[in-house]
Amino acid sequence: MSVLTSPSAPATRQRISRLQGKARYAPTAATIVLFFAMFAAGSVIYPGFFSGQVFLNLLIDNTFLIVLAVGMTFVILTGGIDLSVGSVVALSMMIAAALLQEGWNPLAVIAVVLLTGAVFGLLMGLVIQVFEIQPFIVTLAGLFLARGLCYVISLDAITVTDPFFTSMAQARIRLPGHMFVSPGVIIALLFVAAAFFVLHQTRFGRTVYAIGGGEASAKLMGLAVPRTKVLVYTVSGFCSATAGILFSFYSLSGYSLAAQGMELDAIAAVVVGGTLLTGGYGYVVGSLAGVLVLGIVQTFISYQGTLSSWWTRIVIGALLLLFILLQKVFSRKTRIT
Amino acid sequence: MSGVLRHRLVWPVLALVLLLLLNQGFRSDFLVVRLQDGHLYGSLIDILRNGAPTLLIALGMTLVIASRGIDLSVGAVAAIAGAVSCTYIYNSDNPGSFSTAASAVALAVAAGLVLGAWNGLLVSVIGIQPIIATLVLMTAGRGLAQLVTDGQIISVSNEPFHAIGSGFFLTLPISILIAAGAFAGAALLTRRTALGTLIESVGINPVASRLSGLSARRILWIVYIFSGFCAAAAGLMISSNVTAADANNAGLFIEMDAILAVVIGGTSLAGGRYSLVGTLVGALIIQTLTTTVYTLGIPPEVTLVFKALVVILVCLLQSPKARTLLRQRRRRVPVLPETKAAV
Repeated sequence: MSVLTSPSAPATRQRISRLQGKARYAPTAATIVLFFAMFAAGSVIYPGFFSGQVFLNLLIDNTFLIVLAVGMTFVILTGGIDLSVGSVVALSMMIAAALLQEGWNPLAVIAVVLLTGAVFGLLMGLVIQVFEIQPFIVTLAGLFLARGLCYVISLDAITVTDPFFTSMAQARIRLPGHMFVSPGVIIALLFVAAAFFVLHQTRFGRTVYAIGGGEASAKLMGLAVPRTKVLVYTVSGFCSATAGILFSFYSLSGYSLAAQGMELDAIAAVVVGGTLLTGGYGYVVGSLAGVLVLGIVQTFISYQGTLSSWWTRIVIGALLLLFILLQKVFSRKTRIT
Repeated sequence: MSGVLRHRLVWPVLALVLLLLLNQGFRSDFLVVRLQDGHLYGSLIDILRNGAPTLLIALGMTLVIASRGIDLSVGAVAAIAGAVSCTYIYNSDNPGSFSTAASAVALAVAAGLVLGAWNGLLVSVIGIQPIIATLVLMTAGRGLAQLVTDGQIISVSNEPFHAIGSGFFLTLPISILIAAGAFAGAALLTRRTALGTLIESVGINPVASRLSGLSARRILWIVYIFSGFCAAAAGLMISSNVTAADANNAGLFIEMDAILAVVIGGTSLAGGRYSLVGTLVGALIIQTLTTTVYTLGIPPEVTLVFKALVVILVCLLQSPKARTLLRQRRRRVPVLPETKAAV
């Protein structure tokens, strides 16, 4: 029923009525429609909004959030949650910046950062699985730990001057029609494609959906539930580290306070993208659409000019609420009390 | 003796005492409380005073967690309460008067009650999981607070308002008295009436509670509204202490501290069992931990690492799986007093 529900209360899960047939696609389809409607509305209201580049800029400015949302989708599909992702992004940026300052080879730095993120996720997954503690409290501790480790590395921002990182920050891949994307966009989209493949074409992916649908049943079916649950958090940690690298490409610095609250954006993107928070239903493509919707909210507010930046948070909160309510309608679960 | 050792508060209290002794070891005047100009001063008083907002929020959080919920929005609610009160004082015709301060406090408390009711609505009537329902307000709340302050840090000078966070009454800081009052109120209301048992019953099984004629919905409303109230009071304390409203940083991470305090105090995150005294001890441990970090000369930013390690340790000790493992170990190696005690 909720991520707070102890593992000993699986019976409530069965009360969620199944999303049958084509209705499964409805929440994700609603998000994609919403995105195009917002884009169309923007094109009518603001001159210069209707261009391919505005769309591509949404991708360029949100590469890290896309990768985060991909990892978060895995976790939420199993019915868990990962609150540590924002801090792991900041930790990855700090490690990368600190090692580059020491004169490390950039590729070695990236390897170390990705490994650290994956191991961090693996450890959290192990604690969740072996000791049967709620994912939310374990990843909350992970949030503290990663943020604290950032401060241990350095209290001040570290600028990245490495030629490889700066070239990645400035590189533009030209597309037909005078449009361009950054290398980060290609990496982010590759993550989406890989996640799509893994979730729908591999045993691991099907086990992820099965755990979300009902952990007890998945176990009885003989699926590798413990291993998959640990792996899901490892995937999320790896994605967070990748997002950290992408954010470094974007901001060219490491800063302890970076990416604060980004876990909320990632969760919001996944929820807006139609993934059910109880697990079992949802698509990684929906999460991509969710990120784009959050991105277009930001674009709207910057095009509007008179609205202050804090409206972004309010609108994201409202969207989150709207889609949670939609989920209630789609899953037709009425009373809990 | 073994009965005392089995009491669930032994370990938190022992941890608190050890932390205090550690501090005393590093600074010989640590445990000294002295009376100066009719006010009590000393590190112990500081711990109580700085821990007051965390304790207040943790009180509300305890009841929410006992109902098998969680309230992530408390930090945002605290920021909104601070923003509302400071903006009101700033814009009033008579920004220094007592009546202005009283209206500002009333407004902030009203805001807290409304926001708590909003969470209660989402959780009890609409039936959204608590972590997600309160996530909405956690996301949007800081935006709302900035909307109120127009993105500025609003500084006010109002003596009665300033007193909430830094004044003294009967030799004690007022913030300690407020927190103590809230603690006594919550304890009386939930333990001297059936309310506490009803909350635990909802936490154990909301469906069964409803079937046995208990309005689980009303109970959920009550706990979230109480949590909103506590968060607003804490927000008032925080903004009064610095006589300013900072929509971005007021109460940042305080929800984590509050949850931590509740968990250390032995309240089960799975709901259905809570201890207000435990929460009090938990909140004191957290504040003492922060103070210890200062005393030992460790950079204060590293506190987060400590807190994370403490959460993990406490959760491991609480988890039934770890207890089983320990018990098996004890059976194999019978002479291990430490592990015996840990179970």
